[in-house]
Amino acid sequence: MSGFRLETGGRVDRNQPVQFRFDGTSYQGLEGDTLASALLANGVMLFGRSFKYHRPRGILAAGSEEPNALVSVDRGPGRFTPNLRATGVEIHAGLNAVSQNRWPSLKADFGAINDRLGMFFPAGFYNKTFMWPRSFWDKVYEPAIRQMAGLGDAPTAEDPDHYASTYAHCDLLIVGAGPAGIDAALGSMDTNKRIILIDEQDELGGGALADPALWPWLERSHKALIDAPNVTILTRTTAFGYYHDNFIGAVQRLTDHLPKPGDGAREKLWRIRAGEVVLAQGAIERPLVFEGNDTPGVMLSSAAKIFATRYGVAVGKAVVLMAAHDSGWHDVFALAKAGVGIAAIIDVRERVDSALMQEAGRLGIAVHLNHSVMGVSGRHSVRAVQICNNDDYLARRIDCDAVLMAGGWTPSVHLWSHSKGSLKWRDDLGAYVPDQPNENVRCVGGCSGDWDFGNGAVIDVLPTPKDHSRIKAFVDFQNDVTAKDIKLAVREGFRSIEHIKRYTTNGMATDQGKTSNLNGLQIASSALDKPVPDIGLTSFRPPYTPQTFGALAGHAKGALFQPTRTTNIDSWADAHGAVFELVAQWRRARYFPKSGEDMHAAVNRECVAVRSSVGIFDASTLGKIEVVGPDAAEFLNRMYTNPWKALEPGRCRYGLLLKEDGFITDDGVSARLAPDRFHLTTTTGGAARVLNMMEDYLQTEWPDLDVWLTSTTEQYAVIALQGPNARKVLEPLVEGIDLSAEAFPHMAIREGMICGIPTRLFRVSFTGELGFEINVPTAYGRAVWERLMAQGAQYDITPYGTEAMHVLRAEKGFIIVGQDTDGTVTPFDAGLDWAVGKKKPDFVGKRSMARPDIVAPGRKQLVGLLTDDPNVVLEEGAQIVADPKQPVPMTMIGHVTSSYWSETLGRSIAFALVAGGHEMTGDTLHIPMPGKTHIAKVSGLVFYDPEGARLHV
Amino acid sequence: MILIHCPYCDEKRPEIEFANAGQAHIARPIDPSGESDADWETYLFIRANPRGRHHERWRHVHGCGRFFNAVRDTVTDKFETTYKAGEPRR
Repeated sequence: MSGFRLETGGRVDRNQPVQFRFDGTSYQGLEGDTLASALLANGVMLFGRSFKYHRPRGILAAGSEEPNALVSVDRGPGRFTPNLRATGVEIHAGLNAVSQNRWPSLKADFGAINDRLGMFFPAGFYNKTFMWPRSFWDKVYEPAIRQMAGLGDAPTAEDPDHYASTYAHCDLLIVGAGPAGIDAALGSMDTNKRIILIDEQDELGGGALADPALWPWLERSHKALIDAPNVTILTRTTAFGYYHDNFIGAVQRLTDHLPKPGDGAREKLWRIRAGEVVLAQGAIERPLVFEGNDTPGVMLSSAAKIFATRYGVAVGKAVVLMAAHDSGWHDVFALAKAGVGIAAIIDVRERVDSALMQEAGRLGIAVHLNHSVMGVSGRHSVRAVQICNNDDYLARRIDCDAVLMAGGWTPSVHLWSHSKGSLKWRDDLGAYVPDQPNENVRCVGGCSGDWDFGNGAVIDVLPTPKDHSRIKAFVDFQNDVTAKDIKLAVREGFRSIEHIKRYTTNGMATDQGKTSNLNGLQIASSALDKPVPDIGLTSFRPPYTPQTFGALAGHAKGALFQPTRTTNIDSWADAHGAVFELVAQWRRARYFPKSGEDMHAAVNRECVAVRSSVGIFDASTLGKIEVVGPDAAEFLNRMYTNPWKALEPGRCRYGLLLKEDGFITDDGVSARLAPDRFHLTTTTGGAARVLNMMEDYLQTEWPDLDVWLTSTTEQYAVIALQGPNARKVLEPLVEGIDLSAEAFPHMAIREGMICGIPTRLFRVSFTGELGFEINVPTAYGRAVWERLMAQGAQYDITPYGTEAMHVLRAEKGFIIVGQDTDGTVTPFDAGLDWAVGKKKPDFVGKRSMARPDIVAPGRKQLVGLLTDDPNVVLEEGAQIVADPKQPVPMTMIGHVTSSYWSETLGRSIAFALVAGGHEMTGDTLHIPMPGKTHIAKVSGLVFYDPEGARLHV
Repeated sequence: MILIHCPYCDEKRPEIEFANAGQAHIARPIDPSGESDADWETYLFIRANPRGRHHERWRHVHGCGRFFNAVRDTVTDKFETTYKAGEPRR
């Protein structure tokens, strides 16, 4: 034996040495090793520091239930993964792993002082201690706790890897490819079922990988499954969650085991819909609870067997077994036969099967029945154990370098529980097993409980002569919960396991209590003197093991996080230096700065251009709905506040849409193209919502109406041409439409051609100037825009963005739904009662306008605000008070909704929602801001051209 | 992810194709203006919050676009049945 590598055995490739690093030291392992087995082979026992007490910790398990040996793997910038279980990290050339939760080094850790101060950190320590003084929380407690908290370090650089995702469908999904899972696959292989077989390890086999006698069977089975065309095998894949209707989430790890990450996806998220699910998750061995059971070198008996038979690694040279279950004896016999030195078998039971005694005798192993380990010598590794007789506590010492725990078996019911299958308690196993399914699922093998685990005793804490309140016997290794913490919780009055769990944090670490839940339950059961089923069971929730954010996010990051909608004219704006903003999912040009211009200079120039000559604006994002059918006018009449039936074809109307509660939800100008056809527009952000609302009423309230609704938002590019010269720019390009004021008045629509393209031409204005909105099929948007730019050059046509659009509309007192309204504003509050058809018998929201709260005085109403200092531009959202001298906290009577510098007016303008605002015209209000309280007077909403003289030209 | 049977498409489809639309079988009064304040309040705001069978509306928004009714158990999240709008309560 060189180091701890056994001379023979294991599935590692002894001809393939692999160099890797752990905490800066170079080691050699073998192809097929995990980080855990390779380090154990090198005699490394110390893997990390515990979460709370910073106690030295080694390996507890050999699989994904490992709570202690969490490491970080560093593959270069952005490829830093913390909190990986060393038992699941496959080594490869150049692997660079580091331990966690220690400073300055793993062996000399400053935080270990917490262990000496352990008596000051009982269960509920945080809740009890950091209550006072209150002022200490922000400056002292929270920073200190944050410094200490957490396991590994979060990566700081952006992850350069990408992550794939896929959907899959199958008739049969098998989770777990141990003997039971493989049998299930073989049993269905010859049907025409599509089968997916998933296993988290790098090869199929599960428990069979640690049983060389099964390897020939395993090889035959593996080949048969690979050859079966209807079987998909996914290794290195963790089924992490079981969701409704047999929907299973799984993550496949593609590159972490490779020496170079490569260009492919690092991981792949599988969303699998299965007809039937077979769970073959196996079972997890339980630790035993005794003082020093967390010393590096104390581990599960089954883990030691796996290290020896699968990896060819001895976990010690003089190994002691502490058993409460027969399985530990069999493990030790296998270890002895593999060449591992066995110092003794200790069993808490008074007697065991005579066959076990005979085999121990034959192998020359000393046996101590009715004994318990009461202490472990050694801090960074095991040197000896103290054992005692359970009756008279007569103690003795046994020198050893590893202690194996055989506490019995816990069927893995995690995914079964995700699926909401019920559980039943089995006294003989001391564990819960699956009972009634809630989906089309069944459990096979160890996780079903229907498995020969052998005989064992179910025990909470090993007998000891020591004072139970003074020893640290660990239950939850990852969260540092001891038996005395659980007893303390019970003493302090906690009765339900859900409360005990949250108070002690037992089972709340990243391993979700895979090795601790049942021991915690047993201890609580004894302390409460109640059977376990009366205390309950905590819930298992996805994920089964921690998964990367990358896998769950997949491609949905950066530019692909959500789609950006762009108009046909967007590319022109981009090429002409537009600064963009996102409006809902649309990317819109905010302003078009010329060189040296900041936003304010650009917006001022754009506004002045519209007022003095002509501006051009991409309004394609406006929501558009085509409403068609004999009852179209009747339908709109019922939806909108305005009357629609008398609107003549060729004319437009401003429409105001309420929800049934009477509050404004959307608005827009709509046109009647024909008696049975309307072209509606909605706000940019409201298009989908409005269509949904209209469909709702049409389908479910008024199915008798003969109307069709079609979204046409993306079918039309819309170009707004605004300003006194707009007609002159447009005229030469339009065919078939008389643009004169008499033939084509404000709020009219005409159909014709522009630049040879069919157009729906609106004469409308959101600026207060003579204006047109040119609708052309989307694909022609940019072409028509460029023709208009060329045609308008003689008038210095100026493209303007959403910011100038906002200023221009505010100068005219036009509101923006969602900015100047907030879901609690009625038409009357917004000063839009003129848009409400008083004679209409009904429309959506009409009845609510008479609700007591709506007609009560003191509602917030939309008003204009003019600051006394015309140069002060108020902040949108700023709160308003009536009396600035009142004591703090002041009574807020409203807030600013829109606020701009108006270059046209040479002063600032604002809108505000103010309680009783309509009665306050001319009143002085105050807007307290940091450092200064601004003074403003209430005005009307229309600041520019109140007669509308500029519109009707 | 739940599978929901759309009674119009007559297919079970993943829930991301659907949007919940609140409690079912709350008809808009024929003449809202004739409703008392109390009755109108009930129509607007008062909704059931049962533990167990719940009648609710769903829309196959990323499918056929139709609104339909469903009976869902609020404890198990299982759909008992779905049926077309206008059909009697089940």
